[in-house]
Amino acid sequence: MTEQDKILNDVTQGEYKYGFHTDIETETIPKGLNEEVVRIISAKKNEPEWLLEFRLKAFRNWQKMKMPTWPHLTIPEIDYQDIIYYAAPKQNAKYTSLDEVDPELIDTFNKLGIPLEEQKSLAGVAVDAVIDSVSVKTTFSETLAEMGIIFCSFSEAVKNHPDLVKKYLGSVVPSTDNYFAALNSAVFSDGSFCFIPKGVRCPMELSTYFRINAANTGQFERTLLVADDNSYVSYLEGCTAPQRDENQLHAAVVELVAMENAELKYSTVQNWYPGNKDGLGGIYNFVTKRGIAKGDNSKISWTQVETGSAVTWKYPSCILKGDNSTGEFFSVAVTNNHQQADTGSKMMHIGKNTKSLIISKGISAGKSQNSYRGLVKVLKGAEKARNFSQCDSLLLGDKCGAHTFPYIETDNSTAIVEHEATTSKIGEDQIFYCNQRGITTETAIGMIINGYAKEVLNKLPMEFAVEAQKLLQISLEGSVG
Amino acid sequence: MLKINNLKVNINDKQILKGINLEVKAGEVHAIMGPNGSGKSTLASALAGREYVSVTDGSIEYLGKDLLDMNPEVRALEGIFLGFQYPVEIPGVSMVNFMRTAINEQRKYKNLEALSAAEFLKLMHEKKSVVGIDSNLTKRSVNEGFSGGEKKKNEIFQMALLEPRLAILDETDSGLDIDALRIVANGVNLLKSPETASIIITHYQRLLDYIVPDFVHVLYKGRIVKSGGKELALELEEKGYEWITEEITAE
Repeated sequence: MTEQDKILNDVTQGEYKYGFHTDIETETIPKGLNEEVVRIISAKKNEPEWLLEFRLKAFRNWQKMKMPTWPHLTIPEIDYQDIIYYAAPKQNAKYTSLDEVDPELIDTFNKLGIPLEEQKSLAGVAVDAVIDSVSVKTTFSETLAEMGIIFCSFSEAVKNHPDLVKKYLGSVVPSTDNYFAALNSAVFSDGSFCFIPKGVRCPMELSTYFRINAANTGQFERTLLVADDNSYVSYLEGCTAPQRDENQLHAAVVELVAMENAELKYSTVQNWYPGNKDGLGGIYNFVTKRGIAKGDNSKISWTQVETGSAVTWKYPSCILKGDNSTGEFFSVAVTNNHQQADTGSKMMHIGKNTKSLIISKGISAGKSQNSYRGLVKVLKGAEKARNFSQCDSLLLGDKCGAHTFPYIETDNSTAIVEHEATTSKIGEDQIFYCNQRGITTETAIGMIINGYAKEVLNKLPMEFAVEAQKLLQISLEGSVG
Repeated sequence: MLKINNLKVNINDKQILKGINLEVKAGEVHAIMGPNGSGKSTLASALAGREYVSVTDGSIEYLGKDLLDMNPEVRALEGIFLGFQYPVEIPGVSMVNFMRTAINEQRKYKNLEALSAAEFLKLMHEKKSVVGIDSNLTKRSVNEGFSGGEKKKNEIFQMALLEPRLAILDETDSGLDIDALRIVANGVNLLKSPETASIIITHYQRLLDYIVPDFVHVLYKGRIVKSGGKELALELEEKGYEWITEEITAE
C-alpha cells in the first residue's frame, strides 16, 4: 500500500462532528402514512380547512405516483409505512422568550454553533431554528417586523398571514410536481416563511437551521420566500442530524418568488449525517427547490455546498418568466465513502433576454458516486436567451465515480447555450509541490479543494464561507488520488 | 551538511543512479552538470523524497540525521528546498495563501507563533523587492498561467521567503532569458552564507557565469564521473560533454 493510499484509507473517514443526539421529551405520532395521519398532522397544527385540503389532495396524488428511478442512484426500497411523520419536542408552543425554551434545546443549538440568544448570534444573521417537525425559535423577528419584513416559522405564517401563504404555497412547486414534492405537500410539518415588502432591502442574512433529532422520523420542511417588487434578501439554510445506523428520510420543498426588480439569494450548507464509512445509516435527502423570477429584471441565485447525506437528489431550479430576469446556480457537491449524489439545476427560459449561469463543482472521493444533472430549456418566446454552464468534476482516488448528464432543449434560434465540462484528479505533483514547501498532505488537499471550489464559496455570505471551507476540509480529510 | 554515500536509485525498477557519492559542506555551492538523461533530476527528487523514486542502496545524511527516514514535508521543514524544473500549477490557491501556509508550517515546526496576515504581507513585500519579481505575481494562483520565466522566478521568490539551509535548484536556468537568469542567480547569491549550501543542477554553463560554484561535478549514466573546481564548467562549455564521455569509454 502506498503512502497516499494509506492516507486515503485513514482519513476519508473524517469524523462527522454533529452526530450527537439530544435527550429531550418528544411527542410523536404512530408510524405509518395514511389519510388519517395527514389529518392528525393538520389538526396538531390547528390548520385551516384549505390547508388540510391542500395536504389531502397531495396525498391522494402521491399514492398514485412512483418513486423516480431515473437518477444515477442505488437506493434500497423505502418502506414509507415504517416512518414517523410527526415528531416535536414536548411543550411545543412556540417560545416567545428564550427563558421558556428547554435549556437542552438551547444547548443543542449552541453545540451546533447556532446561538439562539440574539446578542450572541453572528452579527447580522436572523435564525429560525427547526428541530424535527417544529420551529423552536426565530430570532430578530421583531427587529425585522419594523421594516415590514415577515420572517417566521411556516406554522406561524399560516396562522398570522394566511392570505400570503395561500397565494404562494404550491405556486412554484405544485403538489403534483413529483413524488417527493407530493409527499412533502401531504405531511410537511414546519419550515420558514419570509416576505420582503416592496422596495425593502433586508438588512440581515436570514437563515433557517434544520436539525433532525428524533429517531425513525422523517423530516419534511417547507420553505416559502417571497420578494416583492424592488426588494432584496439573502437567505441561508443549514442542517445536521445525529449519527444513526438506520437511514432517515428528508424530503423538503423550497419555493422562491421574485417579483419585478427583486433579487433573491438562497444559500445552502447541507451537512446531514452522511452515514458511516461502510455506508451504514445516513440521511436520504430528496429535495425540490425551485424559484420563479416572475417579474421583469428579477434575479434568483442558488448557492449550495452539499457535503452530507447518504443520498442526495436535488435540482435547485429557476423559472425565468420575467423579461431580462436572471437565474444562477453555484454548487459544490462533495461525496465520500459510500455517499451518492445526483444533483444539478434546471433553468427554464420563458421571458425575453433571460440569462442563466450554472457553475457546478463535483468532488468525489472514497467509493462514492457524484452526478451532475442539468436541464437548460429555452421556450419559443425567450428571444435572445443566454445560458452558460460549467460542470467540473474532481476525483480523489480511483474507486469513485463522477458523471455529467446535461440536457439542452431550445425552441428559439436566437438563444445561445454553452456547456463546458472538465474532469480532473488532484495530482500527486500538486501534493508533492506542497509537501516540498513543508505543507502536510492534509493541509495541501484542503487548500487545493478550496481553491477548486473557490468560485462557488465566494458566492456564500461571508459569515458562512469560512464554515463551508472548514466543512469541505473535514469531509475530505486526506483523500488523495 | 549533506553526505551522500553510494546512493542507488530505481525508477519503475530501472536503475537510474548507480552509486552516487557526494559531500556538501555548509557555505559551499556545488554545481551538478551532465547530459540529458544522466540522472540529475532523479538525484534532486531523491533528496526531496519523491515517492516514485525508490532508494535501493546507500545512505544520505543531512545535518547528522538520516534523510531517508524523513517524509518530504519534514525534509522541507528541516531546511531542504527544491527549486522545481517544472513547477506545477495549483488553480484557485493564491500565492499569498500558499506561502503563508508554508511559512506558518515552518514556524510551527520551530515552535514559533504563526505570522499574522499583516506580518506576512510585510515579509512578502520585502522579499519581493529582494528577488525583483513583479508584484502582480503574488496576487495570482500558484503558477497558474505563469510564463516559463515567471515560474522559475517564483521558485526563487519562494526560496527567499523560506530561507532554506540547503537549496537544490533543478535546471532552474533552463529556458530563461538573461534578465531572468540574473534574478535567479541573484536569489541564490543572496541566500549564500556560511550556514547554508546550494546544489545547482544545470545542463549549461551559462548560469555559472552568475553563480560561482566551489565545486563542479559531472553526472553521467548515474555516476559522478568527474569532479573539479569552477574551471571544469568552462572546460565542459568549450569541449562539450563528448570529451568526458569519450574519456570514460576509453578507460
